[in-house]
Amino acid sequence: MSLSKKSTVIVENLRKKQMRESISAGKRLDERGLDEVRPLVIELDVIKKASGSAWVKLGNTEVVAGVKVETGEPFEGLENSGAMIITAEVLPIASPHVEPGPPDEETIELARVVDRGVRESEMLDLSKLVLIPGKIVYTIFVDCSIINVDGNLFDAASYAVISALASSKLPVFEIKDDKVVDTGKTQEPPITTIPVSVTTVKMGDYLLSDPNTEEEACMDARLTITTNSKGSIVAMQKGLKGNFSVDEVKSIAEKARVKGEEIRGKLKGLINIG
Amino acid sequence: MVQSRSLIDESGKRSDGRVIDELREVKINVGIIKNADGSALIEFGKNKIIAAVYGPREVHPKHMALSDRCVVRCRYHMSPFSTDTRKSPAPSRRETEISKVIRESLEPALILEDYPRAAIDIFIEVLQADGGSRCAGISAASVALADAGINMRDMVSACAAGKVDDKIVIDINDTEDKEGGADMPVAYMPNLKKITLLQLDGELNSNEFNTCLDEAIRGCLKVYEIQRSSLIEKYFGNEKGLKEE
Repeated sequence: MSLSKKSTVIVENLRKKQMRESISAGKRLDERGLDEVRPLVIELDVIKKASGSAWVKLGNTEVVAGVKVETGEPFEGLENSGAMIITAEVLPIASPHVEPGPPDEETIELARVVDRGVRESEMLDLSKLVLIPGKIVYTIFVDCSIINVDGNLFDAASYAVISALASSKLPVFEIKDDKVVDTGKTQEPPITTIPVSVTTVKMGDYLLSDPNTEEEACMDARLTITTNSKGSIVAMQKGLKGNFSVDEVKSIAEKARVKGEEIRGKLKGLINIG
Repeated sequence: MVQSRSLIDESGKRSDGRVIDELREVKINVGIIKNADGSALIEFGKNKIIAAVYGPREVHPKHMALSDRCVVRCRYHMSPFSTDTRKSPAPSRRETEISKVIRESLEPALILEDYPRAAIDIFIEVLQADGGSRCAGISAASVALADAGINMRDMVSACAAGKVDDKIVIDINDTEDKEGGADMPVAYMPNLKKITLLQLDGELNSNEFNTCLDEAIRGCLKVYEIQRSSLIEKYFGNEKGLKEE
């Protein structure tokens, strides 16, 4: 059962008033412009035990993602493609408001939205990850650990996942005498496109890019849009009880395309892919 | 346990090139989790572990609070990508036991009576595991507790010793743990000279046991020096700065 709840982060009325005044003058409390995203730092290959990994810092939000590859049965109805599973966990080290235990609805939404961007963009050509059609396929796990929370987990987790995946080296499995053998060799992942998610939130009549924790506690609505390398929109998620006008949605989509291309360029520079 | 191959060569070098009384490279970075009251990232060989401390803070649910001292809660958890084969993110029985022994190894160092009706939460996240993660986790958590400014009687330093190829070695790595003869993790308060964690699997005769314990404590003292200098570096810039005061 999902129920509306109070924000766990509390921002005083005075601070809220300050924030609104500042935003109406075109500047946020951390000195950013309304459209400005925080500095993005991507460090690759931080976990040697993973086939690919990334430590992403978006402002003070920090996420570590790792790729692990196994073999298993394909999903039902998708007999001729590899399986991909993306998870996210907000670790209790990440904030004083996180409690250990099974993921809550917000964390499940986070993992599903990140998964949707990667899956629907067909970032990985899963049809190339089949060993015996209908029986044995590659299973790609991308697990995200959020280690410090300061807003916009959607984008930070999504950048960690795509960076880890795009920079990964997948093991090569072969079938010998009906058994799966790890050949010890590695292969490039079958990447077709780089999906980039861009989140915009609405506070009063204003739209802000890349919200931090304090701003998230005051926002009315949130819209995450993922675009692919061609600039097409591949996934969206609207959140919270506020609303958007049609014009607002269109302008957010345009912004997602432009910002998405910038971030894609940055990632391509790091990984050296086309 | 049957050893399949020799883990120490003729020149006395171990599988990762160390000699028998040599620690893996240890680095501690204090204060890396901005939201936490205290934190540390420890790199112990290939282990990469973050410890974060929240508290002293209010206890939820309230009935768990103790009227005369502080409640300590501890969670040791491994990220799914931390091991060779993926680990399910749900807590395992192993992690539950390790969480308990780690808490019990740290509690003796904490002056809990100073914080009645409060809780201290210690979270240890293993990002990459390489054998000896409970010891590295304890050492990191102890630094994180000091970083959080919690009143302590002493630091807790931890290191394992064990038997490999019938020789006593310190700081057992992953291969030696899986293929070697015995593994004995020890946590130690270096100034009070008290042991706060002691576990063993494998077989040691009484001579071997005595040497093993002495060697483990020697390892703890080496870890202590690194813990100490990591805190000095965060709070005083460098060791020289401290002496000049």
